[in-house]
Amino acid sequence: MMLSVQGRNGPQSAYAYTGGKPFDPALPCVVFVHGALHDHSVWTLLARWCAHHGYGVLAVDLPGHGRSAGPVLATVQDLGAWLLALLDASGVQQPGQATLVGHSMGSLIGLEAAAQAPARIGRLVMVGTAYPMKVSEALLNTAATAPLKAIDMVNAFSISTLAAKPGYPGPGMWLHGSNRALMRRILNGPNATGCTVNLFHHDFSVCDRYDGGLDAAAKVSAQVTLVLGSQDQMTPPRATRDIATALKARVVQLAAGHSIPAEAPDGLLDALRTALR
Amino acid sequence: MPGYSDPGFDTLALHAGATPDPSTGARATPIHLSTSFVFQSSEHAASLFNMERSGHVYSRISNPTTAVLEERIAALEGGTGAIATASGQAALHLAITTLAGAGQHVVASSALYGGSHNLLDYTLRRFGIATTFVQPGDLAGWRAAIRPETRLLFGETLGNPGLDVLDIPSVSAIAHDAGLPLLVDSTFTPPWLLRPFDHGADLIFHSATKFLSGHGTVVGGLLVDSGNFDWDASGHFPELSAPYDGFHGMVFSEESTVGAFLLRARREGLRDFGACMSPHTAWLILQGIETLPLRMARHVDNTRKVVAMLAAHPMVARVGYPELESHPSHALARQLLPKGCGAVFSFDLKGSRSQGVAFIEALKIFSHLANVGDCRSLVIHPASTTHFRMDDAALARAGIGPGTIRLSIGLEDADDLIDDLKRALKVAEKAA
Repeated sequence: MMLSVQGRNGPQSAYAYTGGKPFDPALPCVVFVHGALHDHSVWTLLARWCAHHGYGVLAVDLPGHGRSAGPVLATVQDLGAWLLALLDASGVQQPGQATLVGHSMGSLIGLEAAAQAPARIGRLVMVGTAYPMKVSEALLNTAATAPLKAIDMVNAFSISTLAAKPGYPGPGMWLHGSNRALMRRILNGPNATGCTVNLFHHDFSVCDRYDGGLDAAAKVSAQVTLVLGSQDQMTPPRATRDIATALKARVVQLAAGHSIPAEAPDGLLDALRTALR
Repeated sequence: MPGYSDPGFDTLALHAGATPDPSTGARATPIHLSTSFVFQSSEHAASLFNMERSGHVYSRISNPTTAVLEERIAALEGGTGAIATASGQAALHLAITTLAGAGQHVVASSALYGGSHNLLDYTLRRFGIATTFVQPGDLAGWRAAIRPETRLLFGETLGNPGLDVLDIPSVSAIAHDAGLPLLVDSTFTPPWLLRPFDHGADLIFHSATKFLSGHGTVVGGLLVDSGNFDWDASGHFPELSAPYDGFHGMVFSEESTVGAFLLRARREGLRDFGACMSPHTAWLILQGIETLPLRMARHVDNTRKVVAMLAAHPMVARVGYPELESHPSHALARQLLPKGCGAVFSFDLKGSRSQGVAFIEALKIFSHLANVGDCRSLVIHPASTTHFRMDDAALARAGIGPGTIRLSIGLEDADDLIDDLKRALKVAEKAA
């Protein structure tokens, strides 16, 4: 569904996938936040499960990504505030009503939102996360100058297997090809406005620059779960020790790389169901 | 591109989509000859049916062995995924009926396999889908044939019977300017030779019966999606961008930004038309693909030697292979097919129908049959077989002469193939 989200510079059109059912703001709400150069479609299996098991679902396209209008927002803090404004626009107002589930860059956005409005966020699930989420200078430069090559590099680092079963979103899908096509589509999307260089470089820079993670963690009152890929080369599990401690988080490791929602959808669903209890 | 990217072609041909079997440790892909798969619980069953989980329910819709093949061909073509079908014809039918219905229209190359021509010109027309045929090299013709109700453009990468090379960059640009996808039949050009997505095609299908399986043992088809076509932006495809009553009001382009076409094709066309591939067939095609790079190199190498011999032979009037400068598609072939133009081509024997028959009957290594892409060399004389009802004038209109011979070059010793052909040419000469 399309929403009008109030930003610093006025209302901004935003898209949220609702899991195949109309969104009901009276239900407990699960908000899914994608990572760099992705959109809501990385979450559709989980989103459909939640929507058909008693939750209102908002799997967002971040500003400038997919179906959500630009311009992009410059910082994780801005994106966290945008997420809270999206909850306002959706009518999700009750204390603890919202669970935030973020992947990679989206996990930092969830963390920030949970810190900016601790009473509103009951649970936080950070998938494929790390803090700090530093990006190598070589990859940042490649993202700026040769984004298609950088997409191939990220694909190689993000996916741990040549046979991701049972296939996402269904059998017969080739994860490397799907991820490459999605990143290219989002990179060249008509809404990707306001970037200094391009959307890829923008998203990676947002992750790289974010230095408020530990301060944010101190403000979070939500129950936190980290879901990590044991084979993750983008955000390796060892890079979460400090933030996991600061958040008093439950940590779940799955046999997957960084593309956990696509590589291990069943394991991630199990972790999410436990977190939602 | 190896390194910080996907593995290279040869590695993907062996490994993409396959992993040691988690329950037995079997390294080769097992054949899952099971119609159906046990649910863990009622809730698990419901979530599979409602696309809340990914998994296998019933082998008409998906199967673990078949899924390995689907992932593998998608990897080799640079696509997002694939659907295996009962035949190449079933793949073409699935592609068209996913995108077009009664009252809609296809623009297709006139240089098509006869079975594809039959489907488009007779069978689909009976169901309300019309086709306009254009010469594959007539770019203005492609553009002019597009109507408001057109839903796709379609051609063969190497067209029948003359091996016209489809100008994929130009035809795809024409399609995209009209908000339409380009579907190509890449049966004669397996991905070792050509990856049509790299040049602008949106959808590919193969008769996997041919080079992909490679051994003349099974019939099967594969339909691959690039994930590059924006069905929402096009505005022509409510089948993908509007709620579908046949699957809980699902909007496929919302469910999967880059996999919408395959979701709809599987959830509608495969489910309802039912032209699925047997897991045993999938396994045999996987066996073929594992050696595809090695076989295609040999197919092309042998073909070049045979073409060179025939082009210089006094009993041969013409050889139709795009690597020859005399071929009308030579320049395009150099651009799109630098590794070779495949292993199927035709040549014209100097002489009559009866000399053509004599030539065929004198061959000892080449097998006389109606197929191509086998590891064994094959031959057919259209004037005495597939087109025997036509007189010479009708044959000429189809681009076929009384002495036209089609060869599919296999993996035998090239010297033996050349000796076989030379000897048969001598017999044909004496049959005048």
